[in-house]
Amino acid sequence: MSKRFLIVCRQPPYGSSFAREALDMALACAAFEQRVALLFLGDGVLQLAGAQQAEAIGQKPLDKQLGALPLYDVDALYADADALAARGLSDTTLALPVQALDGAGIRALLTEQDIVLGF
Amino acid sequence: MLHTVNKSPHGHSALAECLRVCAADDVVVLIEDGVYAAIAGNSRLPGPDAPKLYALSADVAARGLAPHLAEGVALLDYAGFVQLCCEHPVIQSWY
Repeated sequence: MSKRFLIVCRQPPYGSSFAREALDMALACAAFEQRVALLFLGDGVLQLAGAQQAEAIGQKPLDKQLGALPLYDVDALYADADALAARGLSDTTLALPVQALDGAGIRALLTEQDIVLGF
Repeated sequence: MLHTVNKSPHGHSALAECLRVCAADDVVVLIEDGVYAAIAGNSRLPGPDAPKLYALSADVAARGLAPHLAEGVALLDYAGFVQLCCEHPVIQSWY
């Protein structure tokens, strides 16, 4: 049976492995034909910055991997609008299209889920 | 004195604690997730009174921040980082 999964990403992309683990989880859920959405909160919105050249520090660019999610039918991507603004980012400069939500929007999204996984 | 900061200023207090005790002629090098403090317009961007700020260019590029760098933050390559470390006998790491 298909359930609604929400993966909550709250860490920046390269300082730890949380971001990659979250992506792996999203892909695993999609492979089992679950309905998956990703929500980027706090420093997690930093994963969405465009044109990451992670080769410079010997890693794979996370923005490109996130960009592949629609190929696996994961296209529900949400970001905390306040977190983007506080970090000097806007949804127009991001690596991939996300829906920016305010606090009420985030609360509504959370209440719709069957399973919420935090990273 | 040279300070390095390697945590995002939004999720951690490392940068704030560093800036609080910095002398005017100190140097702060933002490395790893510390470079997120260097985005123009971000709410934790150090003010005009802050000491000289550098951001490690490899970490800036890796995180896609080159187009967003604030004025007043100088990019530093690895060779420049080593040079700065040699010039400053006392180094404090904030992490």
